[in-house]
Amino acid sequence: MDLVIPKIDVVSLGPELILSIAAIFVLLVSVFLPKGRKDPAAYLSLLGIFFAFVSSIFLWGNPRYSFNNMILVDNFALFFNSIFLIAAGLSILMSVNYLEEQEMSHGEFYALILFATVGMMFMAAGSNLITIFLGLETMSISIYVLAGFFRRSNKSNESALKYLLLGAFSSAFLLYGIAMMYGATGTTDLKGISEYLSKAAYLKDPMLLAGMGLLLVGFGFKIASVPFHMWTPDVYEGAPTSITAFMSVGVKAAAFAAFVRVFLYSLWNLQPDWNHVLWILAVLTMTLGNVVAISQNNIKRMLAYSSIAHAGYIMIGMVASSELGTSGILFYMLAYAFMNLGAFGVIILYGRKGEENLDINDYSGMGFKYPGLALLMTVFMFSLAGIPPTAGFVGKFYIFSAAIKSGYIWLAIIGVMNSLVSVYYYLRITVMMYMKEPVKEFAGLKWSPSMAIALIIAVIGTLLIGIFPSPYLDLARQSVQLFM
Amino acid sequence: MLDYVWLVPLFPIIGAIINGIFGTKLSKKTVGVVACGVIGLSFLVSVLVFFSLLQLPPESRSFEKIIYTWIAAGDLKTTVGFLVDPLSMIMMLTVSGVSFLIHIYSVGYMHDDEGFKRYFTYLNLFVFSMLVLVCANNFLMMFVGWEGVGLCSYLLIGFWYQRKEPADAGKKAFVVNRIGDYGFLLAMMLIFVTFGTLNFKEVFNIAHYNFQVGSMVITAITLLLFVGATGKSAQIPLYTWLPDAMEGPTPVSALIHAATMVTAGVYMVVRCNVLFTLAPISLTVVAIIGVVTAVFTASIALAANDIKRVLAYSTISQLGYMFLACGVGAFSAGIFHLMTHAFFKALLFLGAGSVMHAMAGELDMRKMGALKSHMPRTYWTFLIATLAIAGIFPFAGFFSKDEILWNAFQKNTVLWVLGAGAALMTAFYMFRAVFMTFHGESRVDEEVAKHLHESPSVMTSPLVVLAILSAIGGFVGIPIIKGANVFHDFLAPVTGEHLAGSAKVTLTNLAYASSTAVSSGEAVHHPVGLEVLMMAISLAIALGGLGLAYYMYIKNPSLPKRLAEKFKLLYHLICNKYFVDEIYDFLFVNPIKRGSEILWTFFDVRVVDGMVNGSGRFVEFGSSVLKRIQTGYVQNYALSILVGIGAIIAYFLFM
Repeated sequence: MDLVIPKIDVVSLGPELILSIAAIFVLLVSVFLPKGRKDPAAYLSLLGIFFAFVSSIFLWGNPRYSFNNMILVDNFALFFNSIFLIAAGLSILMSVNYLEEQEMSHGEFYALILFATVGMMFMAAGSNLITIFLGLETMSISIYVLAGFFRRSNKSNESALKYLLLGAFSSAFLLYGIAMMYGATGTTDLKGISEYLSKAAYLKDPMLLAGMGLLLVGFGFKIASVPFHMWTPDVYEGAPTSITAFMSVGVKAAAFAAFVRVFLYSLWNLQPDWNHVLWILAVLTMTLGNVVAISQNNIKRMLAYSSIAHAGYIMIGMVASSELGTSGILFYMLAYAFMNLGAFGVIILYGRKGEENLDINDYSGMGFKYPGLALLMTVFMFSLAGIPPTAGFVGKFYIFSAAIKSGYIWLAIIGVMNSLVSVYYYLRITVMMYMKEPVKEFAGLKWSPSMAIALIIAVIGTLLIGIFPSPYLDLARQSVQLFM
Repeated sequence: MLDYVWLVPLFPIIGAIINGIFGTKLSKKTVGVVACGVIGLSFLVSVLVFFSLLQLPPESRSFEKIIYTWIAAGDLKTTVGFLVDPLSMIMMLTVSGVSFLIHIYSVGYMHDDEGFKRYFTYLNLFVFSMLVLVCANNFLMMFVGWEGVGLCSYLLIGFWYQRKEPADAGKKAFVVNRIGDYGFLLAMMLIFVTFGTLNFKEVFNIAHYNFQVGSMVITAITLLLFVGATGKSAQIPLYTWLPDAMEGPTPVSALIHAATMVTAGVYMVVRCNVLFTLAPISLTVVAIIGVVTAVFTASIALAANDIKRVLAYSTISQLGYMFLACGVGAFSAGIFHLMTHAFFKALLFLGAGSVMHAMAGELDMRKMGALKSHMPRTYWTFLIATLAIAGIFPFAGFFSKDEILWNAFQKNTVLWVLGAGAALMTAFYMFRAVFMTFHGESRVDEEVAKHLHESPSVMTSPLVVLAILSAIGGFVGIPIIKGANVFHDFLAPVTGEHLAGSAKVTLTNLAYASSTAVSSGEAVHHPVGLEVLMMAISLAIALGGLGLAYYMYIKNPSLPKRLAEKFKLLYHLICNKYFVDEIYDFLFVNPIKRGSEILWTFFDVRVVDGMVNGSGRFVEFGSSVLKRIQTGYVQNYALSILVGIGAIIAYFLFM
């Protein structure tokens, strides 16, 4: 038996390696840091994120396979890398004071975020179903731990356990789907599957179709698509808020990266089959997310349903199955990263230990007491609702117009009507802040430099992308050009 | 320098931003300096651009500066760009120049007003919008300026919003203008549908080469454009807002409601002269509306006693003249009158403001008289402006008005007769105003009389500059002599009129030609002689008006009262402005008000709100039902996943 040693191309794994090394370093260093004062670990992580970002930029525009075709580092993967790094960076910035406040400042927290980010990067760069699966597990296991990081809190524990159980359940389906794919096509390589399908005379092989269905379930779980969304509100509510922010952006983006790559590239020949299912799932996901969000009184649960709804919008981009739709997905993820992280940042800043201020009524009259914070929240809510001149508007505009160009007019109409519904619960926060009398005493805000930086980055990102969208859309276009 | 044309509108907006944001922290002096300074810079750049433009040969004096692509949506591609050609150049110079003088005047006039900073913010914003309007290279950007000046006009008419009348007047101006704007919008859409572009040059090129004279769609476009013009330029039937607009501060009346904004309609018609030339029906409509407005509103001014109202109706009447010029195809004459009118009408308003300043806000001419000795500078400058507007040789108004009347005469005698009638009335009511205000016996209240004083020099210096312009401004457009009508020749590339028209002769045979024309009476064959004759008639008409006013208000001051007694009905009719406002109220305003009330109480509250609230409640109900699915039990969640898998795989396998 021949044993082929794969070519080791360390450079193409630059971002992943830098993050991994940074994470290990963080673990080591934090041992020597005094108890409860672990913020140097956070800054070390940020340094790692920065260098990972730089190395991603250096890899831009030069797609290459490495590690025996297990990895494909192309613009698509690198664009997603930047979203993951933004999500990780902002989450860490928001966590520093939050963890100290909650007396939960441990170095492992930051290391786990970095490891999760590495997993996400492998999902985006995986050109083999096995790589994608490994990335997904690396990410998920870190997130399970992070969700339960506040180990003295029952809700946090509940969150972690539910996520672990259901995550394991869905991973099993994903793995089973991969096995069936292998059975049907004889390979787990994405390119190999694509080539097999384009030559295959008969595409109605039950094993192939069942495998595809199971893959859909696996990814659908991670992006929180209906009917695999049930875990989302409970997990989002219980997890530490900065982790909720990280999950809602990073995990979703990673899952979409893999989802898009597998379905729009490998399974392109089966597009007529999966397209109808995705159409229905998209409609169900947005509608359920938006409708149920209306009756939520906990702001984290509301944003959890909102994130379900956003997954629905993004799926419209997949249904469109065009270059415009795919670049719209990338653009939307970038916009979503800024606006959603920003909203969670405001939530973190507004709450404190023992008084989390998570009930929507707690926001009454907040605009008079903290005009700056309320203004930030208003920008993020407007963006999530898709009102110009914010990033959320442009993102929706591109995705819906992609759907219309591909002939899915009804899907676009349903999408627009859904965003109309969503205006209600997003603006409800604004109404609370500016038009209601305060119901309680305000305890004062504890601004910290790191939180301020995070919020400023988020708001600038939200507005900049909203007002000058074309450079970012160009980047997104370049990221999908060689793709289909 | 042409490349820097964008600086012209940029400076005023910078001023507006500085005063708007930091105004409360700045002293009045700084605010004034900033506001005047930016307009001064703007004027300076305009002058430099003007000289750069003159360097070019006449046929290539048209320069487009594209700043960036503003909108690119499907077929619609619009740029933010500026067009520099003789027409926009004249407008730029007039607007920035007159604005500059009025800004300086305002520093004195508004000095004690609480809203000093707000005032200059609006005024700078206005100049910005107006310059955008005249520099734009496409219809959409022009519309942006068009709406911008409308907004500023609204804000400035209602500047003293604490009082009811200004607030109402502002609202009226806004609503009436909206009707006109709707016409403009429709025209713009029709232009885009027809030509596929909104760029001026492209539209005019396509229209010139691909459309026949009398084409239906061009007629529709031009008529709609003219609806827009009647709104902004206060022509029949949409003129009623302008007299009420006098509630604003007087410098505002001078700048916006006399010199610049209200001429936007004329500018727009001239800008689109290619289109209007292709639509003879529209031109006829323009001419008729113009001349009727000129006569109708001049007659209202005959009996008005409020000095600003006299000037307001006079403005409408003069705008009518400009449209008459456009309507008979004499576009450059229209613009010529626009420019000279900007000088003398601004001067008249500022003079009236100066009088008000001295009289503690009094506007009724019946309570004035013999102010000449108290305020000599105001008197002399006001007199020069009056001579100019009345069309007395050699003041500016003579040349521009005569050119219009001459062109009207060549087209149609009836138009000329009406125009000449309006000219007679103009001379009469303007001198009536002069005599009632500055001459005769003093009818001033004793209390006020103690404080009579000339205005400070910050206010009178702009008057002097404008007086000089009103006196000599006409010499750029001397008729008959070949090559002397510099103004006409400069504009010729835009208006498409011939360089040196057929009626022009050289100086040497002028005397001969005119003498033969007058003596032989063969006017038709000797247009030069005829033109000189017509000039003489114009002058005679103006002098007639002057004489009549002198007879009635100086020689025989009791005569007007007796006449009013004798023609009671007519006087009553004119005094009440022909009851046009009342008729509009009866025909349009009140029915609409009642209709909206019905719509509000029935349609809005029951139908619309009912539907909205109903669907809201429906969604809320659905939400509370769906919420219950979320039980919190992991096994239920897993079940949901299983059901999903089952459904999806079943679909894949069996569909």
